[in-house]
Amino acid sequence: MANYELNDDSVVVVIGSGAGGGTLANELCQKGISVVLLEAGARVENDAFINDEWNSFLQLAWLDKRTTSGNWRVAKDFPNLPAWICKTVGGTTTHWAGASLRFQEHEFKARTTYGEIQGASLLDWPLTLAELEPYYAKAEDKMGVTRTNGIPGLPGNNNFKVLYNGATRIGYQKVNTGHMAINSRPRHDRNSCLQLGFCFQGCKSGAKWSTLYTEIPAAEATGRLDLRPQSMVLQIQHDDSGKVTGVLYADQDGKQQLQKARVVCVACNSIESPRLLLNSASAKYPDGLANGSGQVGRNYMRHVTGSVYAIFDRPVRMYRGTTMAGIIQDENGHNPERGFAGGYELETLALGLPFMAAFLEPGAWGRQFASMMEGYENMAGMWIVGEDMPQSQNGVTLHVSEKDDHGLPIPNVHFDDHVNDVAMRNHAFKQGRAVYDAVGAHTVWETPPYPSTHNLGTNRMSEKPEDGVVNKWGQSHEIKNLFISDGSQFTTGAAENPTLTIVTLAIRQADYLAEQMGKNEI
Amino acid sequence: MDQTELTRRDFLEGTGKAAGVMVVTLATGTALMASDGAWAMDLRALSGETAETLLRMTRALYPHDMLSDQYYAVVVSALDDEAKESGEVAAMMKDGAASLDAAFGMPFSQLSEGNQVLALQSLETTPFFQKVRAKVVGVLYNNPRVWQAFGYEGASFDEGGYIERGFDDLAWLPNPPEDASPAKA
Ligand SMILES: Cc1cc2nc3c(=O)[nH]c(=O)nc-3n(C[C@H](O)[C@H](O)[C@H](O)COP(=O)(O)OP(=O)(O)OC[C@H]3O[C@@H](n4cnc5c(N)ncnc54)[C@H](O)[C@@H]3O)c2cc1C
Ligand code: SF4
Repeated sequence: MANYELNDDSVVVVIGSGAGGGTLANELCQKGISVVLLEAGARVENDAFINDEWNSFLQLAWLDKRTTSGNWRVAKDFPNLPAWICKTVGGTTTHWAGASLRFQEHEFKARTTYGEIQGASLLDWPLTLAELEPYYAKAEDKMGVTRTNGIPGLPGNNNFKVLYNGATRIGYQKVNTGHMAINSRPRHDRNSCLQLGFCFQGCKSGAKWSTLYTEIPAAEATGRLDLRPQSMVLQIQHDDSGKVTGVLYADQDGKQQLQKARVVCVACNSIESPRLLLNSASAKYPDGLANGSGQVGRNYMRHVTGSVYAIFDRPVRMYRGTTMAGIIQDENGHNPERGFAGGYELETLALGLPFMAAFLEPGAWGRQFASMMEGYENMAGMWIVGEDMPQSQNGVTLHVSEKDDHGLPIPNVHFDDHVNDVAMRNHAFKQGRAVYDAVGAHTVWETPPYPSTHNLGTNRMSEKPEDGVVNKWGQSHEIKNLFISDGSQFTTGAAENPTLTIVTLAIRQADYLAEQMGKNEI
Repeated sequence: MDQTELTRRDFLEGTGKAAGVMVVTLATGTALMASDGAWAMDLRALSGETAETLLRMTRALYPHDMLSDQYYAVVVSALDDEAKESGEVAAMMKDGAASLDAAFGMPFSQLSEGNQVLALQSLETTPFFQKVRAKVVGVLYNNPRVWQAFGYEGASFDEGGYIERGFDDLAWLPNPPEDASPAKA
């Protein structure tokens, strides 16, 4: 492991070690580039993960206070927990489920395909599926995605059996155990899945891809990575020309340090990334870094979500085995006859009893709720993930009065559902219900969205500088040596879970960075 | 509550419903105790009266006839711990329980289930109600002994996961075909 000087201004500083940052850091190190990786969370290895929902949440989740506003139900149910994301080395790739789907071609052209939609700030991506395909292939290989690279699919668990039978009985055809970044066979020195059922609590067996035990050790093995855990970046600094020069961070002892940098890459997930740019406002950039367009923090997306839980006469024990054990893909196309633009996926999901109590119907009490809970053993569940509309006013702003421990404004997350989102969720709830009714459910419950696990779009890519924050490489339109390397660069959200695309963009960005550095462009 | 004390006893599952409880004064302080002696909890901050009302409240909020009172007592105990730490919480519990007892002019514990629900509804928007409700969700359903009653098996890593222990043992539906769900390695 490398140890660079604070005043070494030849290094690339990557902020955040999750899907985007962890991957980018490794890719750069493999190319011989020196990287300082600053991560707010501690380094917790996977053998220390906890098979217990609340204790794992306390161990890995981001718990710093945030506030919410808007008409989304999360603001009422979880006013200080807009998002479920992690603060730990490996970021949210510790808690993620592993579903790894490519975006569809038309989803990169959302504005063209869907046309003008009132209230939506839709844009086409400044890149195409064809441009990304070679990088998707690299990402799938790196992550060991099932049903790619000759890797067999995972065996379906009980929850999948219910989904499969219900789905095929109502005529769905694209139903299988999915494309998962979980080893179905031992691969890349990691074991195959033991069907532990705690994918959301960090995979103790290491079968599921996480930057914590793949990208980061690989980068360390090059001798070029200087990983600094418990290092919270507070501000990105720049010189008179406007180029960024380094970052101010609070180290593990709470002491402020200034790390110089040649290039800064921000990968703090879609709430902290814009917050950091906004908190870095200066005389030269009074509205925050990279924010000449005023788009930093805007167009926040979180996917149209919701869950359907059904109770049967006989046991299911959905919690056994992979959390996201299978998928229905028949609804993921753009088919405006359904009454909305874009599509959605239906994926199995299971919660343990503690989380089920908290999330099944937040705020509910009484006999009806209690009797739903008593059906737990006979319950099957699925999660909706669909494309939501970017809206200019949805997003991350700095709180006017509340400050964190470092004296910096905390973020507020505002979200209003778009009518398209509401129509899609409604359709998906109906379809989910039909799937379970077809196999004899006696009670079906429509569960509202959880705090956002997918957070996207707050520093979006755009062809024109006035429409977004970064170009097709994730490079700031305004500041050449400042990059965004996480899901906040997404122009639109597509129907698919985002991480494969985050990793794909990071691999591609590393190529571009190396090339630009080689040419002394940055 | 002295958890070890409690777990050393042999509790009956499925005795159901609210059984009798009594407040006892011991040399060490006040305790709430099941009339049949099945369990007891020391009170550190709450009065016996408040604790009894809270016990009935926690069950009325999330009524599981298969669970005996001791599991709800764990929630009250957690509230008692908080009340010990914070005078504000102690006052909130005392006043909140008193409002429940006042709702129909008789102790909450003597109300019919329907009237308990009405009394609870009248307080639904108060911080007291919200706090107790959230506590039940966070504590009652987070107890491994309660998990057993609901058929949730909890941690699995030490048992080698479910790969050899029934992750796909559901037999009341046909198995999906191999291409949708390949055999395990
Ligand atoms: C329960 C759950 C299930 C999920 N399942 C799936 C799935 O099946 N498929 C899928 O595609 N996606 C899934 N996701 C989403 C997935 O985890 C995220 O899309 C992905 O991890 C985002 O990557 P990222 O790099 O943007 O951010 P993260 O992985 O969240 O990493 C950001 C990192 O930045 C650090 N950080 C933030 N601010 C600072 C700062 N100022 N200074 C230093 N460090 C900072 C954080 O601590 C964190 O480690 C799931 C998420 C959750 C919570
Ligand atoms: S089910 Fe598989 S992927 Fe999920 S935690 Fe267990 S071993 Fe890991």
